[in-house]
Amino acid sequence: MDFLRPVTWADALAAKAEHPAATPIQGGTDVMVEINLDKGRPSALLDLNPVAELQDWDESDGWFRIGAGVSYTRVITELGAWLPGLAQASRTVGSPQIRNRGTVAGNLGAASPAGDSHPPLLASGAMVEAESVRGTRLIPIGEFYTGVKRNALAPDELIRAVRVPRADGPQYFSKIGTRNAMVIAVCSFGLALHPGRREVGTGIGSAAPTPRRAPEAERFLAGELDWEGRTAPSPEAVRRFGELVVQAASPIDDVRGTRDYRLHALAVMARRTLGWAWAEYKGE
Amino acid sequence: MRVNVTVNGEKLTAGDVWPGESLLYVLRERLGLPGAKNACEQGECGSCTVYLDGTPVCACLVAAGQAEGREVVTVEGLADGDRLDPVQRAFVECGAVQCGFCTPGLIVQAHALIAATPGVPADAEIREALAGNLCRCTGYEKILDAVRLAAARKAAP
Repeated sequence: MDFLRPVTWADALAAKAEHPAATPIQGGTDVMVEINLDKGRPSALLDLNPVAELQDWDESDGWFRIGAGVSYTRVITELGAWLPGLAQASRTVGSPQIRNRGTVAGNLGAASPAGDSHPPLLASGAMVEAESVRGTRLIPIGEFYTGVKRNALAPDELIRAVRVPRADGPQYFSKIGTRNAMVIAVCSFGLALHPGRREVGTGIGSAAPTPRRAPEAERFLAGELDWEGRTAPSPEAVRRFGELVVQAASPIDDVRGTRDYRLHALAVMARRTLGWAWAEYKGE
Repeated sequence: MRVNVTVNGEKLTAGDVWPGESLLYVLRERLGLPGAKNACEQGECGSCTVYLDGTPVCACLVAAGQAEGREVVTVEGLADGDRLDPVQRAFVECGAVQCGFCTPGLIVQAHALIAATPGVPADAEIREALAGNLCRCTGYEKILDAVRLAAARKAAP
């Protein structure tokens, strides 16, 4: 195994072009587990910790560009006010030690259907900034996940940053697990209301081969909500929203939960997050 | 490969490091510092918690090469000679140690919490801060007592 240690972003891209099979490592909270437990042994590790460009975030035109080296801890403490959905999800990742090292970009690189970042990124319409020596491209989050632990990155590409629009309405995240810390989601759900354009964003986690939106549920709810008068949606509409979220999922039975449990829990989380979001929208 | 790392204030070099091995392995097996414990090797238990550039992390999830040129403080680095750190002293006084395996990780994580918190942290904060440190003897009540005691002594010495 080789250990590649570029110090600049340009060197990192050159290294990835030269060693496309190298596994990028940032916080190591996924990559090192695989190696420690001998589940896989990459030909090379490409350490991105020394690349200073990745350690920052900035904002322009209402979009936050979160460098691939920004930890969950920093997302929570520095970005929570503007990106509440992502911050709530980050807050449920592992433990303090894991959040100090793990990154949203790492979650995207691993592309586990259970990754906690994915539902809020889907609900808010994020973009993944991928770069290689050939150039930069922005991948809409809905096109990023291509299969179980697979993503749209080309072999020579690295994630430079995640771009997330500033919240323009309430955002909530909910996750089912056996305890409050250190759990991989049994299933999870993210909701974002966009009152300005009268749209709804959703993200389903750990209930399909990839994280995914529930587009029909989004359209239904956007048409149903009383954006102007802010009266509460009817119980039938809330229930229907939950059903449509469930219809968008295709979970399996596995060690963490059954298909039936996940479908039930998704409907509950969809209704619950809607309740929280609407209470916030009404100013309660 | 070789890894140069400052551990507990001392510049050390580990040789013959396999690129896939962890900082924990380097500390324990190559640098003779067995304080940080090796248990789950997947970041679940917190027994290997050390400071990396001042931030508590699971040493089992840091690749050895990622520690190059950085500063690590392990539980061995907290005491001043024979004088225990106040967090260590509180653990002893409160009987917060049973089998002792989780203790080094808990001490480092509690040390970080107390350093970052003015006054005595609320129980919810302590529980949250220690959520990634498992004690299989389930001695959590005494551990909470120890953290409260150490924090109270720091707040009102």
